[in-house]
Amino acid sequence: MKICVTSKGAGADSAVEQRFGRSPFFVFVDSESGESKAVENPLVNESGGVGPRAVQLISGEGADVIITGQLGGNATAALQASGMKVFAYSGTGTVSEAVAQYKEGGLRQLI
Amino acid sequence: MKIVVASGKGGTGKSTVAANLAYSLIELQSVTLVDCDVEVPNLHLFFNPEPAIKEVFTIIPKIDSDLCTLCGDCGRFCRYGALTVLKDRVLVFEKMCHACGGCMIVCPEKAISECNYAVGRVEDSNPLPGLRLISGFLKEGEVLAPRVIKDAKAAAEGDGLIIIDSSPGIACPVIEAMDEADFCILVTESTPFGLHDLDLAVGVTKSLGLKAGIIINRSDGSDEDVRNYCRKMDLPVLLTIPFSREIASVQNRGDLISEKLPGWKEQFAGVYKECLELCGVDE
Repeated sequence: MKICVTSKGAGADSAVEQRFGRSPFFVFVDSESGESKAVENPLVNESGGVGPRAVQLISGEGADVIITGQLGGNATAALQASGMKVFAYSGTGTVSEAVAQYKEGGLRQLI
Repeated sequence: MKIVVASGKGGTGKSTVAANLAYSLIELQSVTLVDCDVEVPNLHLFFNPEPAIKEVFTIIPKIDSDLCTLCGDCGRFCRYGALTVLKDRVLVFEKMCHACGGCMIVCPEKAISECNYAVGRVEDSNPLPGLRLISGFLKEGEVLAPRVIKDAKAAAEGDGLIIIDSSPGIACPVIEAMDEADFCILVTESTPFGLHDLDLAVGVTKSLGLKAGIIINRSDGSDEDVRNYCRKMDLPVLLTIPFSREIASVQNRGDLISEKLPGWKEQFAGVYKECLELCGVDE
């Protein structure tokens, strides 16, 4: 299973970013192998419409689950249609810590 | 001649000025008043019109799912986020679309066509002899105010004297209302807030190369700051409307001071004359 975490930096040891569409990076973690890959978000400085565009980007990478802080209305509508599951992480920890908490069933499901 | 009434700050009296200016001129010539404050149009409250109604449409993309291969090109192209390509379908966010048509061009399968999407309406009426009132109404929940403004102004196109009432602020709807006007009347009030926002609006008229004059409304007699500003910026003060209970009570009944109170019709006619002079137009 592929888990996408919104992240302030380019690795699994970076802090989780609370914003969804304007997250600086999306870190994709393979839950079985533990391997991770970071994708820089090209939408960070766009004026608007970043939510639905980020959903297409993440869906295109083949994610099954997303861990992020908060979602806007348009992102929510796109994610609901996408089939991906979304979980909220409100802590200050790293991508790896958020994934570990998700695996333990400790995160609240948003979508 | 096309005169746009704007302000920067809300509630300074744009609609009051536009309606009274129009009313004061209809005995002299035909006037078309265009309400471009499409989120909250209210000029019709002065005139009780019986309008003809025309819907305003924008264009949004329609995806032919038989042709679409879900390649994602349209979604990557659309900078407004109006299209999201998922694994099994394409989502269209109608309100995000700016009708640029780019998605239709980039689609390699020609799977995208145009379809109409209603965003508002234009009401057209002749409430008084010599007066045509055109009002733009943006649908609740819609965001494309400039689209409705464009249609309202287009309906007036070709008429001799057009007075356009804009929305407050200095963003897209105001710029659309000001576009191709010959003169801009900026209505302000003698408060720090009025002056601050007047300066922003003056900046817009300068950027657009639009000649402007000022009307000070609800003046308490202490207008030095606004007048000093106008002198500094070389902007003529066309009229000062005092802060008076008599004027407020006429206005609050939905009446026009140029109709109900002596002298104001002549004062507003004088404002128009000065606008013509400032534009270098002979009567």
